[in-house]
Amino acid sequence: MTETLNGAQITVRLLERQGIRIVTGYPGGAILPIYDALGQSTVIRHVLARHEQGAGFIAQGMARASGEVAVCMASSGPGATNLLTAIADAKLDSIPLVAITGQVPKAMIGTDAFQEVDTYGLSIPITKHNFLVSSTEELLEVIPRAFEIAASGRPGPVLIDIPKDVQARSIEITQWPEPGQCRPAAPAPADALQQAATMINTAARPLLYLGGGVVHSGASALAVELAEKANLPTVMTLMALGAMPVDHPLSLGMLGMHGARYCNLALDECDLLIAVGARFDDRATGKVAAFCPNAQIIHIDIDPAELDKIKTAHIGITADVSEALSRLLPMVSANSREIWVDRIRSLKAEFPQVFPDADRPLSHFGLIREIAEHLDDDASVATDVGQHQMWVAQAYPLRRPRQWLTSGGLGTMGFGVPAAIGAALAEPQRTVVCFTGDGSILMNIQELVTAGEEGANVKIVLMNNATLGLVHQQQTLFYGERLFASQFKAMPDFVRAAQALGIAAVDLDTAADPVASLHAALDQPGPCLIHASIDAEQKVYPMVPPGAANRDMIGA
Amino acid sequence: MNAINRNEQQALARAVLEIDVNNHAGVMSHVVGLFSRRAYNVEGILCLPVGDGQRSRIWLLVNEDTRLPQMIKQVEKLEDVIAIRRHHADHAVFSELKAFFQP
Repeated sequence: MTETLNGAQITVRLLERQGIRIVTGYPGGAILPIYDALGQSTVIRHVLARHEQGAGFIAQGMARASGEVAVCMASSGPGATNLLTAIADAKLDSIPLVAITGQVPKAMIGTDAFQEVDTYGLSIPITKHNFLVSSTEELLEVIPRAFEIAASGRPGPVLIDIPKDVQARSIEITQWPEPGQCRPAAPAPADALQQAATMINTAARPLLYLGGGVVHSGASALAVELAEKANLPTVMTLMALGAMPVDHPLSLGMLGMHGARYCNLALDECDLLIAVGARFDDRATGKVAAFCPNAQIIHIDIDPAELDKIKTAHIGITADVSEALSRLLPMVSANSREIWVDRIRSLKAEFPQVFPDADRPLSHFGLIREIAEHLDDDASVATDVGQHQMWVAQAYPLRRPRQWLTSGGLGTMGFGVPAAIGAALAEPQRTVVCFTGDGSILMNIQELVTAGEEGANVKIVLMNNATLGLVHQQQTLFYGERLFASQFKAMPDFVRAAQALGIAAVDLDTAADPVASLHAALDQPGPCLIHASIDAEQKVYPMVPPGAANRDMIGA
Repeated sequence: MNAINRNEQQALARAVLEIDVNNHAGVMSHVVGLFSRRAYNVEGILCLPVGDGQRSRIWLLVNEDTRLPQMIKQVEKLEDVIAIRRHHADHAVFSELKAFFQP
């Protein structure tokens, strides 16, 4: 059957055919045809953010929680530039996103037209791929392809810039393209897997090093199975937390700059490092030359450009880590590895991770612990960026892949609130806790309105020290205590601000029974801001000073 | 330094990359952007359509650098790149153009 549809209607229909049920965005002149078509869709619900960056992070929250490609939209010019930070963040953390932007009509491109910006050029280095659509017909090819690219291989963001006249022009459609799907990766080479298995079987002190790729690939259970079968003590990157329950006996938790001392010391001693879906980020490795100095390296990653980028691998395997691990498992022999496991146990005993004041529910660690104990593993945990993020990474008992939403690579303040809203939209049955700070929340506080409008089940825990904590910490430790621009002089009344923006709020500072108030706020469905003042002098410890080797951690 | 020595040094210090790409607006920008963001200078660029014009071939003359293998992998990942081949600096493609580049 032939249908006559304009580019905007075609775009919306292709999104529907992709299985998209929620899009988030912000309208404007150059994307109005698409918004007009979107308004007629009975299948897709549009979530109106209050800033395009919020829309980008809401989409990221949906993608991180569900593992599916999520869609955000913005208009041309400032709409598109406001999206860029969220797109760059998705690129660094390999989050599958399709961003659709309106563009001025083709005939006006390059004339400095109203709200014209070179969205295509701006987005080249921060997307996995991008398109400037030059005809309405091309949409039929570009949109499914964008989803295929976003989901295939190493996931990432794809941007589609659509000029207004391309949206408005009508064409006849006789046949719809198949939705774009994840293309399976080429299988891991059998001989390399066999060599890897031999190395694991003969290693005395092997360590498993899990990265975000394990979560993206859905390989968490396989990784845990491998660790248990061969008794491989396991470290996780910030992005992989929850891939193995952090309180699993073989877990050493997070490695790197703010990892536990026993974790970094174990890495120093290992003779084989099995890196799976990890990219040897500088925050994980510290000074690279001193990272796992005695270890041979097996590196499995779906992105061939990650192999040998930072550390040369003895065995490099380009593969989907699920596929590689499932075939590696039967080749690896069971091994009790008592000496090494004992050594790990004694490192843990000798250099424990300490959580000062954790028994005081209104301290930074106490708050995290109290919330974790009150919730179960079904809850999702989002964070913003700063001290609170690292404390939660250290102390929250994350036990489930995709439980944890944090901006790892780009470290974007303002990520938390909209990402938590996105997670709540994708999985409305879950409680989503968002830990944030007084610096971060102000960077996207307008999204509290969105949370209220959507009734998103997000509990925003604001750890307020009236300070840019990590900046304050570095100035204190490495800049002669010259505190500058890191202490806020004027502070908003966050409780009243949240109420004014339309959500419930509770102040634990003034509550008669703060723990009871906290529990009540967590149990009440819908969005709520939970405000608690914390001590500005608290540091994130241990800490690897910038540029230092991981073994040279300071503090605690 | 005589001419032969200079050529030898160039041969050691340079590499030529041959890149088959889809021929549409923006592809060159994707390729050279990978170099510019790393402050990796591209010494020479040649590009012309191949066959029916659906595809183009980009020739790049670049300095040898420890980052070159990583650069090649990054170029390979681009959606519009079909293939990349690495040649020695003495490849004819640039040397035969010398006449057009006299000071």
